[in-house]
Amino acid sequence: MTETATLKIWRGLDIGAGRWETYAVPFESGQTILDGLRWIRINCDPTLAIRFSCINANACKECMIELDGKTVYACTARLQPREMTLAPLSNKKLVRDLVTEIAPPAERFAGS
Amino acid sequence: MILESMRAETDVLVIGSGAAGMYAAIEAAKAGCRVLLVDRSLIGRGGATVMAQMTVAVALGAETPDHWSYHYRDTLVAGRGLCNEPLSQLLCEDGPDCIRSMDDWGVGWARKNGRITQAMAPGHDRPRCVYVDFLNTGPAVSKTLRTVVNKTDGIRKAGDLCIIDLLRSNDGVAGAVALHLSSGAPVIVSAKATIVATGGLTRLYRRNSASTNMGGDGYALALRAGASLVDMEFVQFFPIGHLAPRLVGMDPIMWDPFRYKLGGRLLNNRMEEFTQNYGVAEDGKYVITRDTGSYAIMKEVEAGRGSPHGGVYLSFQHCSEAALREAFGPVIDRLAANNIDLTKTPIEVAPIAHYQMGGIAAGVEMQTALPGLFAAGEAVGGANGANRLSGNAVTEALVFGRRAGRSAALFAKRARHQPDDGGSARRAVELISSSAPQPDLNSAEAIQLLQSTMQDNVGPLRSRAGLSSALRTIERLSGALGDRPPGDGRRFDMQRLDWFDLRNMLLVARVVTEAALVRTETRGAHRREDYPNAADEWENNQYVRIEDGRIVPSKLSAPLAAVP
Repeated sequence: MTETATLKIWRGLDIGAGRWETYAVPFESGQTILDGLRWIRINCDPTLAIRFSCINANACKECMIELDGKTVYACTARLQPREMTLAPLSNKKLVRDLVTEIAPPAERFAGS
Repeated sequence: MILESMRAETDVLVIGSGAAGMYAAIEAAKAGCRVLLVDRSLIGRGGATVMAQMTVAVALGAETPDHWSYHYRDTLVAGRGLCNEPLSQLLCEDGPDCIRSMDDWGVGWARKNGRITQAMAPGHDRPRCVYVDFLNTGPAVSKTLRTVVNKTDGIRKAGDLCIIDLLRSNDGVAGAVALHLSSGAPVIVSAKATIVATGGLTRLYRRNSASTNMGGDGYALALRAGASLVDMEFVQFFPIGHLAPRLVGMDPIMWDPFRYKLGGRLLNNRMEEFTQNYGVAEDGKYVITRDTGSYAIMKEVEAGRGSPHGGVYLSFQHCSEAALREAFGPVIDRLAANNIDLTKTPIEVAPIAHYQMGGIAAGVEMQTALPGLFAAGEAVGGANGANRLSGNAVTEALVFGRRAGRSAALFAKRARHQPDDGGSARRAVELISSSAPQPDLNSAEAIQLLQSTMQDNVGPLRSRAGLSSALRTIERLSGALGDRPPGDGRRFDMQRLDWFDLRNMLLVARVVTEAALVRTETRGAHRREDYPNAADEWENNQYVRIEDGRIVPSKLSAPLAAVP
C-alpha cells in the first residue's frame, strides 16, 4: 500500500476569511513539501498559490512558509507520511494562500 | 472588466534581474539615466545567475599566461562554426575587465597565495575558470551586484512585475506592459530604451537546471514585437545533471565543479567507463564537452546500459574523505544530510536542459533591429554558436549586461518618449483585464505536458518523427489554451500566471522545434538521429521572425543596423 502525506493548507485572499483545504499527496521518501505542493497544482488544483523560483536549490529563498507553526523553506523541508499543516508566514502581509509579501519595500512596484 | 492600469515612466527599462540585468541597470544609471529594474520574482534572486555554482571563463592570466584571443579561439571551436564572431570577441575581450570590476566590488573570487585561482574546464586550452568557494559563484555574483544596484543612484526596483508584452512605437519599442502579480493589475511602463535580460528557456524541459522563471519570456516578447531570433534550435544539455538519489537544497548541476576539482569517472551499469567509445577517453579527468557528453550518456541508456533511474553513474569513490573535504568543505555535510557518501557509492546523473545558445538577434552594442530594444545575457543569441563552452555564461551575462546598459543609456539620452503605436498598450491591457471561463485544461498540468514532450522529442537526440510529434502536442495545447486567461484576476493568481507563461512557452517551444526540424544535420547541441553528420550547407545561422502572424524561418543573415 502506498503511503500518503496529508497536507492541510490555508487558503484565501483575506487573513480574516480563509479556509483550510486538505489534500492527500502520494508519499515518496526524500520528497519535499514543495514537491507536494507542485503535485497538488498539477493533479488537483492549479489555483493553489505558492511563491517559488529555483525549485530545488534553496538559492532563491522565496518559498518560505509555516509548517506546523514553524518557518521553513518548502524546497528543503521534507514531506512526511502524516498530516502536515501549511500556512502563510504570519509575520508578513498576506498576498494569497501560501504567498506573502516578502520583498523589501524598496523592491516593490510603487507607480511613478 | 478593464482593470485600471498603473503607470510608470523611465529612461531605461531593464527586464530581468540576473547578472545581465543588474549590470545593465548599474551602467545605465552611472551614465546618468533613470532606470527601472523589474523582475517577475524577487530582485536579484531568481533566474539562472543565482544557480551558477562555479566556472566563469575569463582570460585573466592569473593561473598561467593567457590572452583573450586564446579564449576566443576555444569559444569558436566549441561553437562548431556558428558563432557570431563579433559577439564572441566582445565576450572574451571584455571578460577580464568585468571580472576585475566584480573583484573590486568584493565578490570574493577564490584565491591561492593572493592570486585568483583558475580551474581547467573541458574545451579550454588552459586553466581559465574563476569561481567562488564553495559552490557559491552564482549567489556571490548575485549578492555583489544587488549591493552595487542598491548603492547606485537612479535605479528603481520592482519585483513581482511580469512583463506581458513590449510596447510598440511606430518604428520601435517604447516600453512594456506588465502584470503586477501582487495586485493583479496591469502596469504600462513608458521607456526610451528597453533591455530584455530575461535569460533562457530551460523551463521548457522536464529536467532543467534553472529557475522556474526561465520560460523563454524574453524570446516571446521580442518575437511578438517584431524582432528576430537566431539559432533557436541549439539548446545545451548539461550532461551530468543530478538524477538520483533525491537531493534537496542543492543545484542539480553541482557535479560539474566536483569534476573540475576531483576528476571522477562516468560509468555505465556494468561499472565500465564508456566515453572512449564516443571518441573521448577521459582517464579520470574531466575533458568531455557538453554536446558529446550528453550524446554518449543518452546512447548508453538507449543500449540498455543505463543506471536504474535512466542515466549513468558518476563515481568519486577514488577520493578519500579528506580529499573531498578539502575540495568542498561543508558541501560534504549537505550531501551527508541527503544520505550521500561519495566514498562509498556513485550517484546517478543524466542530461538536463541548461542553456540556450540561440536568442534575440543583436549586434555588438546589444541593439536589436528595433530602435529602442536591446538585449543582454543569455537572452542574446549567437556568441556561443552551436555549443557553449563551459564558463562562458556568467562572463556573457556580465559583459553583455554592461554593454547593453551603456548602449541603452546612449540611446535614451538622444531619444524622447515615444507614444505607442495606437494599439499595443490597449491590447496588452485588455488581455490582462480579460477573463475566460474556467477551462477544462489544468494549467500546471499543461506546462508539465509541454515539458515532457520537449524533453523526449526536442532534447539531446532528435528525429523528424519526434519533432513532428512535439509540434502536434504544441498545436493541441495552444488550441486548448484559448485566447484569454482564466482566473479571478486578483492578486497572485497562479492559474492566470500559468496561462501567460504557457502563451510564451508554447510560442518559443514551437520556434525551437520548427528550427530543429528544418536543420537537417547534426551540429553541436543539435543532434538529428536521421541526419547524423554535419552538412557544409548548414554552416549557417537560422533566423526566425513573425510575419503576418506566421513564424518565418530564414537561413539568410538578417543584416542588423549598426550602432543606434
